[in-house]
Amino acid sequence: MSEQIKTYTVSIYTENNIGLLNRISAIFQRRHINVESLSASESEIDDVFRWTLVVKVTESQIKKIIGQIERQIEVIKAYYHTDEETIFTESALFKIKSDLLFEERQIQNIIKESHARIVTVNKQFFVLEKSGIRAEIELLYRELKPFGIMQFVRSGRIAVTKSEMPISQLLKELSKEEEYAFS
Amino acid sequence: METKTITQTQTSKQTITGSEAIIHCLLAEGVDLIYGYPGGAIMPMYDELYKFQDKLQHVLTRHEQGATHAAQGYARATGKVGVAVATSGPGATNLITGIADAQIDSTPMVCITGQVASHLLGSDAFQETDIIGISTPVTKWNYQITKASEIPEILAKAFFIARSGRPGPVLIDITKDAQFGELDYEYKKCTHIRSYKPAPEVKEEALDAAAQLINTAKKPMIVWGQGVILGEAEAAFKSFVEKTGIPAAWTILGVSALATEHPLNVGMVGMHGNYAPNVLTNECDLLIAIGMRFDDRVTGSLDTYATQAKVIHFEIDPAEVNKNVHADVAVLGNCKESLSKILPKVTPNAHTAWHQQFKDLYKIEFEKIIQHDLSPTKEGLTMGEVLDGINKETKGNAIIVSDVGQHQMITCRYAKFNTTKSNITSGGLGTMGFALPAAIGAKMGKPEREVVAIIGDGGYQMTIQELGTIFQSKVPVKIVVLNNEFLGMVRQWQQLFFDKRYASTEMVNPDFVAIAKGYHIQAQKVTKREELADAIKEMIACSDSYFLEVCVEKEDNVFPMIPTGASVSDIRLE
Repeated sequence: MSEQIKTYTVSIYTENNIGLLNRISAIFQRRHINVESLSASESEIDDVFRWTLVVKVTESQIKKIIGQIERQIEVIKAYYHTDEETIFTESALFKIKSDLLFEERQIQNIIKESHARIVTVNKQFFVLEKSGIRAEIELLYRELKPFGIMQFVRSGRIAVTKSEMPISQLLKELSKEEEYAFS
Repeated sequence: METKTITQTQTSKQTITGSEAIIHCLLAEGVDLIYGYPGGAIMPMYDELYKFQDKLQHVLTRHEQGATHAAQGYARATGKVGVAVATSGPGATNLITGIADAQIDSTPMVCITGQVASHLLGSDAFQETDIIGISTPVTKWNYQITKASEIPEILAKAFFIARSGRPGPVLIDITKDAQFGELDYEYKKCTHIRSYKPAPEVKEEALDAAAQLINTAKKPMIVWGQGVILGEAEAAFKSFVEKTGIPAAWTILGVSALATEHPLNVGMVGMHGNYAPNVLTNECDLLIAIGMRFDDRVTGSLDTYATQAKVIHFEIDPAEVNKNVHADVAVLGNCKESLSKILPKVTPNAHTAWHQQFKDLYKIEFEKIIQHDLSPTKEGLTMGEVLDGINKETKGNAIIVSDVGQHQMITCRYAKFNTTKSNITSGGLGTMGFALPAAIGAKMGKPEREVVAIIGDGGYQMTIQELGTIFQSKVPVKIVVLNNEFLGMVRQWQQLFFDKRYASTEMVNPDFVAIAKGYHIQAQKVTKREELADAIKEMIACSDSYFLEVCVEKEDNVFPMIPTGASVSDIRLE
């Protein structure tokens, strides 16, 4: 197995169902694969959900995993893409003491240069929001760390593909269909 | 044995309880026989079963695992969906082995479990367990019902999913308050789920590409699996084999789809399969895999498996294509459809010289192994001669249910089959204890057929309590225990690969005949060759259940054998 390990973004379109997260995570767990990040949201179609996962595996592994994901009853379609094939971003929140904003002028410069956004300010603390690729968020984290960060959180990756996903047409067709048919 | 016929069930709208709705749903799906074990959280459903006992027969097994294996045996023998019922907590967890077995062997089964009332979910209530979480990795689908109104739609989906496409087990967990609650009942069968494609469409281009490889191959070989049986493609498969004249070998779950004695049937592939098809896998120029999934017990080392051959894979589950073995042509879809559609595209052939290679290698195997297995000259009895004796009495018309281990390999190697759905064994999971309850299900599903369970002394004791079910429900199965006082297959590996260190494989066994008699089952023990034929004759002639213990040679080994990690062509004859 000399095949190269790469970062893949997995996009999964599903029906919304309790327990589906368990099913999908079990596919990775069984194969001893770590899920680097995970996010779930609505998709462009009503009642259809979109999951975005990031994993580091070989291409032959990811192909088999996609097959296993698509086998799940509530999964409509799953895709995998490399970083080059996607526009992706993560989002992070930094909670910092408000005093620092006035005592440490350097912080104001860091905020300006990083294009981070101040979400809220009150007497005790302010909250910075930064979206971007992992390296940008990590840079900001390193710059703010010496001043003291009260809380830090980073989201999973969200991504859209550069090329059109054939899913769009499929979803259009599906949106006309009832979820189930009974005779 | 008692069997019941169903009468038309109520499908028009009316207000009933959830538990009554469960019964109506089962009847609407054509279920007339279920296996199970009652308990607190499933009691409302059992109360309805009591009222409907003239329409829906419930068989009380002695353990919930037995209920799943019986449902599997029923499903494998009939092609219908098997149903098993259990209560919450330990009742539900006891189903897991059978569910995992059904998942890996693609057996259609619906399991219904009771659950604590919905307001208690997550409170660590008495007999509460997260059976949805536990069963997720081993089910095709599962769902927890917390409202009575969900019951008809969810059960309709459960049966549709269990039986369609590549079949599998579905678990439906129903809270006690959903069973007690009321609903406006109306049942409609599920015909479509938008996110679920049971079988991919058969593509014309794939058929053309496959036909071209088939028509130009000099040394083609077929390996078929259970997909032929599950897809009810036996007739199409036979026509395909006969027209192309290609030697056809089987996996242990595929056997019986084509008669054992068919001239183009060249035997079993895999670890203890026949010599010729294993060796020639690495000599063929085209390998045609039909409804099989290249299990590691079939392929041996993948690095050396059929690397010289082009591969065509007829398969219903896209996830199986290129999973273990690269397919040059994948023909996706139900093989009944694809084999029927490819038939006019393939040209007749005899492959005479190629067949001769199979015959020559068979001769070697016969001289080195088969004749010694079937007609031994040594004093101790062999498992092979017991199978030979059973073949003589059943003439290949019986359903043969085997457990797991040496006797299973011997059974699959030597049992004769004339008709499909006749070999029932735990293939993928290798579940010891499978055979006795599975035989119950097979016999109740096919009461007109002879059902013989062949079991080792180890596996027999894993579900021996189901003798109680056989006795109470009057199931006339024939039980053969091949007793070598060892966990034979493990012992064989210890002998070959662990320097004969027989760690925990020797069994000190009870008086099996006395135990069977304790359940009022006729029983006999055979220790000598001269007693064997008469004992088998008496067993087969018996119209009730019958137990036959045969004491066989203690330290016999099953050969041929492909050691783990070795190539199929390095199969050992001794």
